[in-house]
Amino acid sequence: MATAVQFQDVSRVFDKVRAVDGISLSIEEGEFFSMLGPSGSGKTTSLRLIAGFEQPSSGSIKIFGQEAAGVPPFQRDVNTVFQDYALFPHMSVLDNVAYGLMVKGVDKKTRRERAEAMLDMVKLAQYGERKPSALSGGQRQRVALARALINQPRVLLLDEPLGALDLKLREAMQTELKALQRKLGITFIYVTHDQGEALSMSDRIAVFNKGRIEQIDSPRALYTRPHTPFVADFVGTSNVFDSESARAVVGAQTPFSIRPERIRIVDAAPATDAVVVRGELIDIHYLGSVSRYEVAGPHGKLITVVQANGDEEVSRRLEPGAPVTLAWERHAMHLMTV
Amino acid sequence: MRSDHALHDKAPRWLKWLAFGGLGFLHFPILVIFLYAFNVEESAYSFPLKGFTLRWIHETFARPDVLSAIWLSVKIASLATLVALALGTMAAAALYRRHFLGKEAITLMLILPIALPGIITGIALLSAFRLADVPPSFWTIAIGHATFCVVVVYNNVIARFRRTSYSLIEASMDLGADGFQTFRYVVLPQIATALLAGGILAFALSFDEIIVTTFTAGTEVTLPIWLLNQLTRPRDVPITNVVAMIVMLITMVPIFAAYSLTRGTEDVAGSGK
Repeated sequence: MATAVQFQDVSRVFDKVRAVDGISLSIEEGEFFSMLGPSGSGKTTSLRLIAGFEQPSSGSIKIFGQEAAGVPPFQRDVNTVFQDYALFPHMSVLDNVAYGLMVKGVDKKTRRERAEAMLDMVKLAQYGERKPSALSGGQRQRVALARALINQPRVLLLDEPLGALDLKLREAMQTELKALQRKLGITFIYVTHDQGEALSMSDRIAVFNKGRIEQIDSPRALYTRPHTPFVADFVGTSNVFDSESARAVVGAQTPFSIRPERIRIVDAAPATDAVVVRGELIDIHYLGSVSRYEVAGPHGKLITVVQANGDEEVSRRLEPGAPVTLAWERHAMHLMTV
Repeated sequence: MRSDHALHDKAPRWLKWLAFGGLGFLHFPILVIFLYAFNVEESAYSFPLKGFTLRWIHETFARPDVLSAIWLSVKIASLATLVALALGTMAAAALYRRHFLGKEAITLMLILPIALPGIITGIALLSAFRLADVPPSFWTIAIGHATFCVVVVYNNVIARFRRTSYSLIEASMDLGADGFQTFRYVVLPQIATALLAGGILAFALSFDEIIVTTFTAGTEVTLPIWLLNQLTRPRDVPITNVVAMIVMLITMVPIFAAYSLTRGTEDVAGSGK
């Protein structure tokens, strides 16, 4: 498989801010690749560098092996779905979708046919004559998708495309996007700050922080083996123990993280080789299928525990302020290199 | 804000009278000109009118000096508007997004001609033309007018640009349109009504401008200058009234049109999403 996009030590500096700070990565053809990170972490700038809206201050970007520096957006074989959809308000939905063909000089009949086929694919066949302002958010999102795909790009860039949709619609669109990507077999590069979205759709995820990449891995690896405290904390919830609190809890200096669902609240210390921590229950959050317990451990270290709500004995007995005993298996801990 | 007093919603009667009085004071002289443009009498302003006639309108349009003055003013206003449309749009496009050293100074320089008293602009232009050894002509008047017409277009267009999402332009480029195609298919339709409104206002400004014109006209006689010259010729009063009425109609109607055009697009512009 060919490499679709390759960054080699790429930086983008605005005034004095290093928005993207020496990033190297390579994205394979046909991959669903997510760029995950908080706002201002450099993920959107990286996407704009691929689209050609930004030029790198240093480093090299290759798209299918060709150096992209200096190539304007309209000569790149990539298309973008914008966060605000950026539909042309003065054009009908059909003209919006056909725009990419129109500027290439494709004749009117052909571009109408292909735009209609595209609208059909995103299930908006009857909406061609409407103006974008007459569509709902979810429908506009599909139009933006159809418009970006009509030029048959080899790479599709998506900049938080589901950010403006409500939860139900967002989940439905996640499934659709993933199915569409499998069907088309093209590379999707997906920018999001929503870790759930990234985990559920991606083949691989790059976690961005302060203009750098913390880790690139599969969703499973990212969740179970986070390399850095930032990744452990940002992807899902995690209890991160720095070297000081690690020594207090397990007696070793190596920082580690443990997922809240791997910690159990026990009545007595188990006989097995488990880590046992005593603390005071601070708060209980009832979340339906599970409850989240906040426990103050040694030196006041706050530990989050998540347990399924089947065991009613436990939930009934516990009140904030009660002393609790926590236990987890040693192999559930993830030791970190930093 | 207090909402418990319905009393506060209504202005006292004396304030209403004062307001209408003020409006009346402002517009009464204009009404007089309109009335006496149709008066039978030749030079006296007697009231009530002695009778109604369209004679002066016929006579006005038979006068070659009036016709050539109107034609000159139309030509100048058209040229100044065209120059303003081109320069104002380019200036707005250059200034609305980028931040660079000297941007504020350039903005100020663009806006200055409309803020400065016309007499200063006029003298400055006159001495500049003298220095460059350019004799006063149709062209010097048009250039003089363009200096303050650019501002009007610039202000309209930059306001529209600020309300337009920049991602539209990026989307167009992303889909394969080069700069010219993006301007033609995306930017121009977005700013079209702003251009129309700015252009109409610029035309109206130029059409009745007199101060800057006085300094740059030389021997050319635009419509406002023709009107000024009439002050020393009381025999032509009815014709002067008719010409004044024409100037007002030509400038007022487009301004109302421009107003309704820009007002109508206010809520549409935000629907870029």
